Amino acid sequence: MKVLVAVKRVIDYNVKIRVKADNTGVETANVKMSMNPFDEIAVEEAIRMKEKGVATEIIAFSAGPAQCQETIRTALAMGADRGVLVQTDAELQPLAVAKLLKAVVDKEQPGLVIVGKQAIDDDSNATGQMLAALLGWSQGTFANKLNVADGSIEVKREVDGGLENIKLKMPAVITTDLRLNEPRYASLPNIMKAKKKPIETLAPDALGVDVAPRLKVLKVEEPPKRKAGIKVKTVAELVDKLKNEAGVI
Amino acid sequence: MAVLVVAAHDNKSVRANVANAVAAATKIDADVHVLVAGKDCAEAAKSAAALQGVTKVLQVEDAAYANWLAEDIAPLVVKLAPNYSHVVMAADSVGKNVAPRVAALLDVGQVSEAIQVVSPDTFVRPIYAGNAMATVQSSDKIKVVTIRPTNFKAVGTGGSAPIEQIGGEGGKGLSSYVGAELSKSERPELTSAKIVVSGGRGMGSGDNFKIIEALADKLGAGVGASRAAVDAGYVPNDYQVGQTGKVVAPDLYIAVGISGAIQHLAGMKDSKTIVAINKDEEAPIFQVADYGIVGDLFQIVPELTAAVDKK
Repeated sequence: MKVLVAVKRVIDYNVKIRVKADNTGVETANVKMSMNPFDEIAVEEAIRMKEKGVATEIIAFSAGPAQCQETIRTALAMGADRGVLVQTDAELQPLAVAKLLKAVVDKEQPGLVIVGKQAIDDDSNATGQMLAALLGWSQGTFANKLNVADGSIEVKREVDGGLENIKLKMPAVITTDLRLNEPRYASLPNIMKAKKKPIETLAPDALGVDVAPRLKVLKVEEPPKRKAGIKVKTVAELVDKLKNEAGVI
Repeated sequence: MAVLVVAAHDNKSVRANVANAVAAATKIDADVHVLVAGKDCAEAAKSAAALQGVTKVLQVEDAAYANWLAEDIAPLVVKLAPNYSHVVMAADSVGKNVAPRVAALLDVGQVSEAIQVVSPDTFVRPIYAGNAMATVQSSDKIKVVTIRPTNFKAVGTGGSAPIEQIGGEGGKGLSSYVGAELSKSERPELTSAKIVVSGGRGMGSGDNFKIIEALADKLGAGVGASRAAVDAGYVPNDYQVGQTGKVVAPDLYIAVGISGAIQHLAGMKDSKTIVAINKDEEAPIFQVADYGIVGDLFQIVPELTAAVDKK
C-alpha cells in the first residue's frame, strides 16, 4: 500500500512571530522555517507503517514556493521514498491545498493519506477533512493510535471527553494528533541519501486546480497584550488578593 | 437568509457551547435555526428550542447520526445548507471534525475558530497560536464558520422555538463507531468551568496531580494541564489546555508548575485572572499572570488548599 503524507513549510515553532508594521501579515523574511510539527508526526507514522510492512512506498507532498523542496527533503531524510511538490508562489488556503492533494491522490492512488491535524501558522485544522470530503473517503481526525487490518483502519481519536474509537473503510484520510508518536530525527547518512531521492515538481494549472483564496485577509494585528501583574510573597497574601482585589474566590 | 447552527448533543441536551454558537449566529442574522440530528434526540431538540434567539429547531431522527460520524452528518448539513447564508458550529472536537468536511462538499472555504463577528462576511480569527489576529472576509456564497465558544457570551434559556421534524440521509457506510474511553469526572467541564487549576511538567508525576485535584475540589474548579504534562502521561489528553488542545477563559486560572510556553498561553490567556505558581521566577508564565508566587508548588498548593478552606 502506498501512503501519501502532506508536509507544510511553516515558521519554526520556536520563533516568536512578528506582525508586519503595515498589518498585511506576519514577517516571514529571514525567519527560520521548519516542517509543521503535526506533519512530522504524519511522516513518522507512515515510516513506522513501512517498517511494519503495512506500507510499501511513502510519498511526501508539499505545496507552496520552491523552498518547500527543503521541507520535502526533511521528510525524505526521515524515511519517505519520494516527493511531489506543487510549486506556486500564490497564497494557498486549506480548500486549495485539499484540491491539489486530491489531484495528486487521483494520480498516485495511495491507500492512505496522513496529514497533520493543524498547521501551526494559520491554525485552520481543515485540510485533511476537506481532502476526505473531496475524495469521498472516510476520515480519522486527531488520531492518537492507528491499526491497519484487512481493508480497514481502526483509529483512536483524541476528542473533548477523552478518546474515541472508530473503524474506517480504506482508503482513508488520517489527521495526526500529538500523542500518535514521537517523530525521529534524520541521521546524517539519511540526510545525504535523501539528496538523491526524486522530487517531482508540478504546477497547479497542470493539475487543473484553481487555487484562488476564498478568504481575503483584510488585516493582521497584534493581539491585545496582557500586562504582567505582581508577585506575592505568601499564600495568605494571594488569597487576600483573590478575594478582595480580583473577587474571583 | 437564516443561519444554521449545527448542534452537538448527548441526546438529553445540546452541548453547553451551542449557546455560544447561537450567540455568534445572532450577531450574523436574527433568524437562527439549530440542527439537532441523532437517534432519540427529542430531549436535545427541546433544549435547543429553549435557547434565546433560536427561531426554529430542525430535528432529525436517524440511527446513522447516533455517533456523530462526519462522513454521515456532513451530507445532511450539505443538503440543508442552500437554504442558509451561514453554517455555524462550535470549534470543539465535533465541529472541527465535521465543519471542514461540510465546507469542502459545498466547495467553500472555512473560517476556523472565529472570535469576533465583524459583519456577516467578515470575522476575526487567531493565527499563530493567538500571537496574531487576522480579520478575514469570505467571498463564498455559503459561509462555513466555526466559532471559539469562550469569545461569545452564551445566550440564556426560556425561549420556545418550534421544532420541525425532517428526514435523514441514512448512513454512507464509510466509517463506524466502536466505542469511547471517556474520562470520568465529577468536576466541572474544563471549557465552561468558572475556575480552572492546571498542572504542568513541574508536577513530576500523575500521582502528584492529587494536590491539584484537592485544590480544584475546594474551589469547585475544573482540572487542566499543559501539553508537557499530557505528553509525559501524567493526565489524559482531554486535560490539555493550549493551541492544539482546549481553549479556556475562566474567571480564575491557576497555573501550577507550568512554565508558560506560547502554545499553552494560547489556550488560557483570555482568562480574567491568572495565578502562576512556579519555582522559576524567570518562567514566562509570570509575564501574563496577575498574581505570581515563586516557590515550591508541593508546599504552596496544599497551603493554598487549606487557606481557601477557611473562607
